Amino acid sequence: MSDSDTFDPADPKNQKTVGNIRSDNPRMICRGVEVFYADKQAIFNISLDIGKNEVIALIGPSGCGKSTFLRCLNRMNDTIDICRVSGTIKLDEMDIYDPAIDVVPLRAQVGMVFQKPNPFPKSIYDNIAYGPKIHGIVTNRTDTDEIVEMSLRKAGLWKEVKDRLDQPGTGLSGGQQQRLCIARTIAVNPEVILMDEPCSALDPIATSIIEELILELSAQYTIAIVTHSMQQASRVSQRTAYFHLGVLIEVGPTDQLFTRPLHRLTQDYITGRFG
Amino acid sequence: MNPLHLLIVLLLLSSAGYYIGRKKAFAVAGGAQGIQKLHSRPVYYGALTAMWCGIPAIAVVAAWLAFEPSIITGLVLNGLPDEIRSLPDGMLNLLVNDIRNLVDGNIVSAASDPMIQQAADRYAHLKLISLTSLTIASVSLSLLALIFIRSRIVPNLRARNQVERIVRYLLIACSMIAIFTTIGIILSVLYEAIRFFQTVPVTDFLFGLKWSPQMAIRADQVGSSGTFGAIPVLAGTLMISMISMAVAAPIGLMSAIYLSEYANRRIRDMVKPLMEILAGIPTVVYGFFAALTVAPFFRDTGDFLGLSISSESAMAAGLVMGVMIIPFVSSLSDDVINAVPQALRDGALALGATRSETVRQVVIPAAFPGIVGSLLLAVSRAIGETMIVVMAAGLSANLTANPFQAVTTVTVQIVTLLVGDQEFDSPKTLAAFALGLLLFLVTLALNVIALVVVRKYREQYE
Ligand SMILES: Nc1ncnc2c1ncn2[C@@H]1O[C@H](COP(=O)(O)OP(=O)(O)OP(=O)(O)O)[C@@H](O)[C@H]1O
Ligand SMILES: [Mg+2]
Repeated sequence: MSDSDTFDPADPKNQKTVGNIRSDNPRMICRGVEVFYADKQAIFNISLDIGKNEVIALIGPSGCGKSTFLRCLNRMNDTIDICRVSGTIKLDEMDIYDPAIDVVPLRAQVGMVFQKPNPFPKSIYDNIAYGPKIHGIVTNRTDTDEIVEMSLRKAGLWKEVKDRLDQPGTGLSGGQQQRLCIARTIAVNPEVILMDEPCSALDPIATSIIEELILELSAQYTIAIVTHSMQQASRVSQRTAYFHLGVLIEVGPTDQLFTRPLHRLTQDYITGRFG
Repeated sequence: MNPLHLLIVLLLLSSAGYYIGRKKAFAVAGGAQGIQKLHSRPVYYGALTAMWCGIPAIAVVAAWLAFEPSIITGLVLNGLPDEIRSLPDGMLNLLVNDIRNLVDGNIVSAASDPMIQQAADRYAHLKLISLTSLTIASVSLSLLALIFIRSRIVPNLRARNQVERIVRYLLIACSMIAIFTTIGIILSVLYEAIRFFQTVPVTDFLFGLKWSPQMAIRADQVGSSGTFGAIPVLAGTLMISMISMAVAAPIGLMSAIYLSEYANRRIRDMVKPLMEILAGIPTVVYGFFAALTVAPFFRDTGDFLGLSISSESAMAAGLVMGVMIIPFVSSLSDDVINAVPQALRDGALALGATRSETVRQVVIPAAFPGIVGSLLLAVSRAIGETMIVVMAAGLSANLTANPFQAVTTVTVQIVTLLVGDQEFDSPKTLAAFALGLLLFLVTLALNVIALVVVRKYREQYE
């Protein structure tokens, strides 16, 4: 009988995370985070630090709450009526669930790239320029041009689209659209970027372009990435967190977690015994 | 046996065809275990047989019934003496009506005339012959088709594909009915309108600034000769529609935005049905409201301010009509706004856009074609609305830009022109058709414009 059959996420002794949840130089600090969708609890008592300029990978079987946790970090869960979040999450010294906090600038600081590319039905140029415009980062055309070009270059898309910036973003291929969404996110110059399975719809070439991009971005940004691919996690991340049925089971340096996992469930998952 | 019975018989035959076809399919397959050898499943052979059995026969019946009355009437009239056949058209029509009424067993004025009675007998006789031969023809056609298709059922008959094809033709035929009905309506309106334009020049009608359709009914009557300038009437329609859209478009759109983007579930579940009640109020009731509450309110306010405002005004009718079409705009726009994928909203919100920025800059542009569509439906509704205008805006065709004066609209004029004892081919009644044609052209133009707008917008963004 494997542990997964008897694993009860609500049991407090199961909620102790193995490994080191702390980071020496934390950017975001989560303590005792729990999320409910109506009466159903989706994640249990999660505590985790995300270090400055680190890439942290969140892995785990489908439905274990990775997206839910990620969406807590920029309060995207607010858009879901039935969703309630408790616990504390701090960005630097600021408690982001403090009622006095305005979520709008928070989301500009903590950007998000979604699993399915979702470009706006606007031109490529406007897709990128939209964020900087609403935040007043740019006011004139030359600044806007500059930021559009810079973001597209960073996302590795500039060469492909520089001659058709006025065409709709929805007309690009899936992989191009995803890079457009990444460019759109970095155009507002966030400090933290959350990525929810950004490569799940992409072919290996587009995937490797995005992985390189993540490595480059990590010099400037703090990145949390949800992925189903353990190879991807080991290629791009320094730390990895393993989730199981809404519980954070284990956190550790990526190479160690994949070679010498501390917890039975982690071991089962990475050796492909389930999930 | 009347045509209804005949239809039932044909439908029964066709259902029988279904079983016969299916049974034959089983038979040629050599029982249930041989079904794999058939090209299609046995039900398709059944369906194919049923279609062959039913469709041609029913089509024959429909065509026959459509042409039967005019043919029989012609035959009966041919049998009548010459002095009757040379009667003027109107009298002849009356005569034919009498004959038909007699056949149907109604009491008529001319029942005592033996010649009419004779014609009626002849009519009834011809009708009986026609029905008998129709019955024989359609039933035998059905049976022949049954036998023919049954003999064709072999394992590699591609029944499934053929059924598919027949279904497609049936669907095309149904859409054709809608198209031909529209064309028919247009042609009949056009025909009467052309007759109107033979007495009143098109330019007078289109550019005339005075609408006063009263005219002498008989030659010996003194009376105005009637002027038919459509501009005041059209202007009234446009003014009232514009006032009502000025009310309905912003309020409807904004309530749709509130309901779909801001309201939580509970409020939405409460407010939406309440708004839809507005759509269920009969227009006559809106008419009362406009005539008895809103219009006097304007008049009294005007008195108070020292302005003279008539108790029937475009404003009162337009405002109330606007309230009436709010639910159209809001529920249709609500649907199209809800159809915008959540992912787009999430994308904007995750960039740090506020809710209203998201709505204005992402959701509304994405829903724009649908919103144009819903506004357009509302405009057509406003242009076509009659009751409120009759009650609250009056009948006088003033050409004015003052919304507090009485005006009239195209639809109201059509109604007043056609109600009353006028000879049907007097210019006064025919003017109604010209107005109808004009109204049709205006709404058509609106639709075309909206289509172009929507298409242009789509090209830009998809
Ligand atoms: N909007 C929602 N309403 C209700 N329940 C939800 C909602 N979103 C997620 N859940 C539930 O929360 C749990 C965690 O879902 P979540 O989307 O976080 O999983 P995940 O780890 O991202 O899975 P996947 O790898 O398949 O994306 C699931 O049991 C899911 O059913
Ligand atoms: Mg997910």
